Amino acid sequence: MAKKVLALGEVKDGELRNVSFEAIGAAQTIADGGEVVGVLFGENLQAHAEAMIQNGADRVLIGESSELNVYVTDAYTQALSKVLDEESPEGLVIPHTSAGKDLAPRIAEKLNSGLVSDVVGVEQAGDEIIFTRPIYSGKAFEQKSVTEGTVFATIRPNNVAAPAKDESRSGDITAVDVSISDLRTTIKDVVKKSTGGVDLSEAKVIVAGGRGVKSAEGFKPLEELADVLGGAVGASRGACDAEYCDYSLQIGQTGKVVTPDLYIAAGISGAIQHLAGMSNSKVIVAINKDPEAPIFEVADYGIVGDLFDVIPLLTEELKKVKTEA
Amino acid sequence: MNIYVVMKRTFDTEEKIEINNGVIDEEGAEFIINPYDEYAIEEAIVLRDEHGGEVTVVTVGDEEAEKELRTALAMGADQGVLIDVEDLDEEPDHFTIAELLAAYFKDKEYDLILGGNVAVDDGAGQVAPRLAEKLGINQVTTITDIKINGTSATIERDDEGDVETVEAQLPLVATAQQGLNEPRYPSLPGIMKAKKKPLETIDLDDLDLDEEDVAAKTRTVDRYLPPEKEAGRMIEGGPETQVDELVGLLKNEAKVL
Repeated sequence: MAKKVLALGEVKDGELRNVSFEAIGAAQTIADGGEVVGVLFGENLQAHAEAMIQNGADRVLIGESSELNVYVTDAYTQALSKVLDEESPEGLVIPHTSAGKDLAPRIAEKLNSGLVSDVVGVEQAGDEIIFTRPIYSGKAFEQKSVTEGTVFATIRPNNVAAPAKDESRSGDITAVDVSISDLRTTIKDVVKKSTGGVDLSEAKVIVAGGRGVKSAEGFKPLEELADVLGGAVGASRGACDAEYCDYSLQIGQTGKVVTPDLYIAAGISGAIQHLAGMSNSKVIVAINKDPEAPIFEVADYGIVGDLFDVIPLLTEELKKVKTEA
Repeated sequence: MNIYVVMKRTFDTEEKIEINNGVIDEEGAEFIINPYDEYAIEEAIVLRDEHGGEVTVVTVGDEEAEKELRTALAMGADQGVLIDVEDLDEEPDHFTIAELLAAYFKDKEYDLILGGNVAVDDGAGQVAPRLAEKLGINQVTTITDIKINGTSATIERDDEGDVETVEAQLPLVATAQQGLNEPRYPSLPGIMKAKKKPLETIDLDDLDLDEEDVAAKTRTVDRYLPPEKEAGRMIEGGPETQVDELVGLLKNEAKVL
């Protein structure tokens, strides 16, 4: 049954995040031939709105306000509620990002609706939309549907396919009057720690280090490899506990759960809690001195060896491949 | 200060998951306080010791959860509350839990409600923001530091690795991120004291709720384990040979370059 479905895009530091297009992809499946309406908040949104249309949205609503440039719970709750009041959609998709995780449950409660969070797959089964999501940090999966309220999901970046870009597509871009008031939280300061620029949760390639990296200095070769691959650097809890790197890099059951196309684990033994955070990566390469390390059980390609020999060689070799390409 | 912690009992993170006919097998599994909720309990105790008041830990579950409530009391919380849902016919979802908690908080006075930002079993992180919305109060998620100054709190929160400093009005729902603190282990005297601390059990009737008021708004269609991964390929030889072969495989077989 054709439905009207809203897909909330996310603009962060002026950039439209890729997960916005994936949200449109999920919304198309839910809409079942109905209308997909993109929604964007912030400032200077025209070009991003056009990109949403080229990537599958039928039209886009933009709520422009300087108070929406950075995510704040009350501001976004007010803005999205206004849009939902005007549009009364039958479905809603929000990225499962830091902002989306904070916003979606609040909106679900406002709508008196069910919500399926952290979705990695969307499919139609008869009249029902079935969402697949990892549980126990990826050790198992569950399939859920919303039985009351709006067909509402947050989608994990990097998992749901975005529609193919079509530059000939056109659609209306309409401004929505969003008036923001009475904010109970104000941002005083932001310290950027994610220096690499590639966010772990959206990275297509992750080079992660464990205790085997031995020092903060030891992460340098990993950073160089990640640079060549356009990826991000991650770490095991062991490396964070040993203060080789910041906890913001931690991948695992506590920490970030990631699903890149390529995950290179260097000097990581592969405790079950770490595996929980990365075992659903598409291709896993493990480099470890210990041939018995459990990481090799989930690896597609394993190298028993010293990461300080292997990683720099790999970086050099990949530089050659990249310049050839 | 009246501080509450909403807590969940979860599988130990070391546990292997087994599923029979879509149902998670709990037989013989070890249970713990959700690790993120442990940070919340620790922070509540620290804030109470600094500002005075009481820490109440609330959980929704069955009588098995009394064990985790006692652990929280042994850490230093003042009282525990179990909202017993054993008699529910239908499986609860996040809406159910949020409604139950909101009903419990309806006649309470609270300055701060802490919880984990996510539970390690279900991984949705819905309950705390739903509760904040239902109670009509402010929320800050994934906090790594909190200082109370009268009617507001100065909070550092994790925003995908960046650190955001915010000023948030109380009353407030705040959810803990790793890095907030290092939770204490219950001491032996703490464990002895916990046995005498109040632990109240309430049910739907006590909250003036019918089962249909809290009926889940989602349905679980299936639960399953991911397919076993085939054994990977070990690349032999010296580092140069290994790297050469790996690059070839990544390029031609895995096609990720």
